Amino acid sequence: MNPVSLLVFDALLLLSIVGLAWASLATTDIRRGVILFMAFGLVLAVAWGRLLAPDVALAEAAIGAGLSGALLLAAAHTQPRPLPPESTNTPRNHGAVGVVLRWAVTLLCTALAGTLAWALLHVFSSTPHDMLPGAISANLAASGVSNPVTAVLLNFRAYDTLLELAVLLTAVLGIFTLGQANPGYQPAGPVFDGLVRWLVPVLILTAGYLLWVGAHAPGGAFQAGAMLAAAGVVLRLAGRTRIGLPEGFMLRLVMAAGVGLFLLVGLTLLILGRPFLGYPQAWAGTLILMIETAAMLSIAATLVLAFLGGRPEATGVKAAANRQCEEIPRC
Amino acid sequence: MINILSAILILAGVFFYLAGSIGLLRLPDLYSRLHALTKADNLGLGLLIAGLALHSQDLLIMLKLLLIWLAVLAASATSAHLIARQARRQEKVS
Repeated sequence: MNPVSLLVFDALLLLSIVGLAWASLATTDIRRGVILFMAFGLVLAVAWGRLLAPDVALAEAAIGAGLSGALLLAAAHTQPRPLPPESTNTPRNHGAVGVVLRWAVTLLCTALAGTLAWALLHVFSSTPHDMLPGAISANLAASGVSNPVTAVLLNFRAYDTLLELAVLLTAVLGIFTLGQANPGYQPAGPVFDGLVRWLVPVLILTAGYLLWVGAHAPGGAFQAGAMLAAAGVVLRLAGRTRIGLPEGFMLRLVMAAGVGLFLLVGLTLLILGRPFLGYPQAWAGTLILMIETAAMLSIAATLVLAFLGGRPEATGVKAAANRQCEEIPRC
Repeated sequence: MINILSAILILAGVFFYLAGSIGLLRLPDLYSRLHALTKADNLGLGLLIAGLALHSQDLLIMLKLLLIWLAVLAASATSAHLIARQARRQEKVS
């Protein structure tokens, strides 16, 4: 392809990213803003693909556009619809608090963007930025995987990924403090149910594929976890009560599996006299696959619980008895 | 020869996307807009994928592209059905 048409394509891509971001922020209709945000995420994924970063593109499309979109739509569902235009002069829209809050958020976001831009500029101007890829490819053979992104995430900078999983665990603990999850949706009609019946197995298969392929091609725990979570979200939307989440102790185990196994491996290596998370070369591939499997389960559980917006309702025998008690007065 | 054929297929796909987008913007009510959109999704993407498959000349990539088309077909048909059904229910209520 000739450089001019590529330049035109890139310019269009950039324009639509900025345009969609602006449109998504400028609209007063929350639902419209969320849908524009999802479109923004998809175009951003194309941009990542254009930058030859398929790992990030996959994650952006699955988590940034797909699951975040579903989360925001579910949240927007509980918000009241915007007021009709003739009542826009109510204090709700033009209150002093609202204006101050809006400006404060704008200021904070601008400061954050400025800091990030400054940091990026600093990185590019002060260090030769072709040093890092060279160092990674020189040590790739020792990492246990052949995909450089997975090598960085799970081996060279495993510490960062461990902390990311800890952030997710903290988030899910926060979600649990919100109380019971909302009641589910009504059961799907035959058409949607038919789609769910074959889509969910395909999503689970894709998750397994992405997890496995992450060792030597774009993929890995985050993308695979997003696929599994998407299966849970689809089941939830179709009105199923069981959406693949385990119950009670098992649920807590799955939630903590990623951080837990990561820490277990790190501490075992420390006891054996190696650096924290410094895998022995012969074991690196196996350890990475094990940690990624646990991380995938934790990520998927976290994302589904975020979509539920609270502790899932127990569906066991005891819970059924409790529910019956609530239905029958003076039980 | 194959390049020309694949270019024709892709251009035909782009035409259906264009028609679908114009339909989405210009048609008067929700049902006809949905009708226009599903044409773009099904036929436009189908032609686009046929063109890309011809261009790739690789059986594995062709199969993957075919899978993508089938998945989008099922998803777009189902979501169009869900939107239309919801709209019809709201019509009946009001």
